[in-house]
Amino acid sequence: MQLALSEEQEMLKTMARDFLSDKLPKTVVKEIEESELGYSPEIWKEMAGLGWMGLAFPEKYGGSDMSFLDLAILLEEMGRACLPGPYFSSVVLSGLAILDVGSEEQKAAYLPKIASGEAIFTLALTEASASYDASGIETKASAEGDNYIISGTKLFVPDANVANCMLVVARTDKGITIFIVDAKSAGISHTVLKTIAEDKLCEVVFDKVKVPKANILGGLDKGWPAVEKIIQRGAVAKCCEMVGCIQQALDMTVEYAKDRKQYGRPIGSFQVIQHYCADMATDVDGTRLSAYQAAWMLSEGLPCTKEVAIAKAWAGEACQRVMALAHQIHGAIGVTIDHDLQYYTRRAKAAEVSFGDASFYREVVAKEMGL
Amino acid sequence: MDFRLSEEQEKFRQEIRDFLEGEIKQGLWEPSCDAWIMGHDPEFTKRVSKKGWIGLTWPKEHGGQGRSYVDRLILTEEMLRYGAPAACHWFADRQIGGAVVHYGTEEQRKELLPMILRGEAYVGLGMSEPDAGSDLASLKTKATEDGDSYIIDGQKTWTSGGSHMNWIYLVARTDPDAPKHKGISEFFFRTDLPGVNVVPIADITGGVHFNEVFFENVRIPKTSLIGEKNRGFYQILNQLDYERSGMERLMANYPLFEALIQYTKETRRNGQPLSRDRLIRSQLAQLKIELEIGRLHMYRVAMVMDEGRAPNWESSMSKVYGTAFEQRLAGAAIEILGLYGQLSPQSKCVPIKGMAYHSYLSSKGYSLQAGTSEILKNILALRKLELPSQ
Repeated sequence: MQLALSEEQEMLKTMARDFLSDKLPKTVVKEIEESELGYSPEIWKEMAGLGWMGLAFPEKYGGSDMSFLDLAILLEEMGRACLPGPYFSSVVLSGLAILDVGSEEQKAAYLPKIASGEAIFTLALTEASASYDASGIETKASAEGDNYIISGTKLFVPDANVANCMLVVARTDKGITIFIVDAKSAGISHTVLKTIAEDKLCEVVFDKVKVPKANILGGLDKGWPAVEKIIQRGAVAKCCEMVGCIQQALDMTVEYAKDRKQYGRPIGSFQVIQHYCADMATDVDGTRLSAYQAAWMLSEGLPCTKEVAIAKAWAGEACQRVMALAHQIHGAIGVTIDHDLQYYTRRAKAAEVSFGDASFYREVVAKEMGL
Repeated sequence: MDFRLSEEQEKFRQEIRDFLEGEIKQGLWEPSCDAWIMGHDPEFTKRVSKKGWIGLTWPKEHGGQGRSYVDRLILTEEMLRYGAPAACHWFADRQIGGAVVHYGTEEQRKELLPMILRGEAYVGLGMSEPDAGSDLASLKTKATEDGDSYIIDGQKTWTSGGSHMNWIYLVARTDPDAPKHKGISEFFFRTDLPGVNVVPIADITGGVHFNEVFFENVRIPKTSLIGEKNRGFYQILNQLDYERSGMERLMANYPLFEALIQYTKETRRNGQPLSRDRLIRSQLAQLKIELEIGRLHMYRVAMVMDEGRAPNWESSMSKVYGTAFEQRLAGAAIEILGLYGQLSPQSKCVPIKGMAYHSYLSSKGYSLQAGTSEILKNILALRKLELPSQ
């Protein structure tokens, strides 16, 4: 048992942090948030050039053959930098799912494009019920000759406004099936929702969209276990982003408490502020330890239903406590739109409800406890 | 990064479980909360000693096993899981042996360590005084040199070890003129010397695990001094990092958690087992989540120690976290038991042996022992976060 990162992982972390802090001052984050695309094609290309999109793909699909744990380190840095854009959608939600259950042809066709950044993929899973249960899937796909016809409305689809392809989760005759759908297919329309994290979550309407049978990912009617894996991986990946998010919020807050003077002394010398910071650090470390435990287990291919549930349930609520104290210590300056803290506040809240909130995972843990 | 225990460690865990389950099956003791500090059972301690499970981490040349702190954490975790009565040897094993290894002379090691390994030193920690709690360095008990002896005068309080205590690890002032941190030394000696008067204090559970100890003109040999004269405060700071570090700060009332889960499965309310109630499921799951986060904190501390570094903020963090968890567990247990939760272990109709009642009261002290949560947060702020002290 040991917690240290390897030398290569330390290098990856440093490289990611340097690159992101150089390219993504908050002025740039703000511009990207306000842009129609929601990402910077220039930075996207550079990230692809650094090999980030294919990090965890095998070399034969244009990847670097690194592990999910390595990817977790990168995600933490993306969380720290508030990187906007479709990395999560394309790589974590879609690419790794194709790698999991795709046919050889599908992997060869799609993964190199994701790895090079040429194609952006996303996942169209949730619907009006806003749940992560199979029962929430009402979008239907019916067979018609060599095709399936998909009809229904997906909600909270990330980055559908820029995606070239979507993994669409739909109800078929005897179960749930995942389809790889060209986003330009006739009958698809989207509307960008206005969200707290200013990311591009979309409503996507599928109106009799024709998809070839060959585009079924992972077997007809057998898609749900693959979807569960996507949700699980999404939850862990989100936890890693959250670690970066609240670590940065803590670091900023401690710096502020050292600099800001009241009553002739730094506010960080007052015990009440010190104790708030200590509480924040304890929450940050609990989140880090549990997130990396889950990421490591996933990376090793070990069963980790319980550990993932613990990590995400904990992270969701810990992030809220950390951000609340970060604001309390920053005082009024922290609630201004021009201060960096609000980027973290908004993202931490969105992350809490993404891929299952604490209530959702407490029930998973209860089941694992045999209750 | 690797969260897996080695095969050897998993085997070791199983060996401990088999031993403890065997003991329970033989009816030698019953699992209970706080058994690490209140469960005084000299015979159990002897059997643990025979297994070689005292002094696990000490170097082999001093009679230890030279094993890792993670190994010891596995051992203590299982002791706590089963609520084993390990109080007689806990303190000597946890910190006094280590202090003697670290600061003792060769003669002291030869004399004291075998006794600790045999499980014969039931040590009380003589630190706090009526006017020196969190501000330990303001202690007044003095040790005055007199020929080949020191003469001890003063009073200690909250001294652990209960009525079994036969040795005391005492912190006393050896230079009254020096600045308060720089005139303190550590001593280790028997409590059956003339002039030592031990008066038990009952805690709010009615249990007795700590004492007042009065010293009146107590003569101890100079060889009782551990480490350097007047450097005791700095030695103590290091020892406290170890004192705070353990699983007993997270799992002291673990038997309550197990019993509570079982109770909710077996008890029906509103036509269904309590464990099917949505709110109760959520409460228990939340406790489980918090427990597992705490275990990660504890294992991190052990890993830091295995790297050869004192866990000088990690153990503060893990203790603040762990003891707060235990208090929440005890509170939630009474809530879930409802009206039954208020029944004492001696009462008619009491469920789960009154563990909830005991633990609720007992856990109030958890966040005070070995550094209050407030002092520990100060340490976190200054040492980890490097916030200014003024």
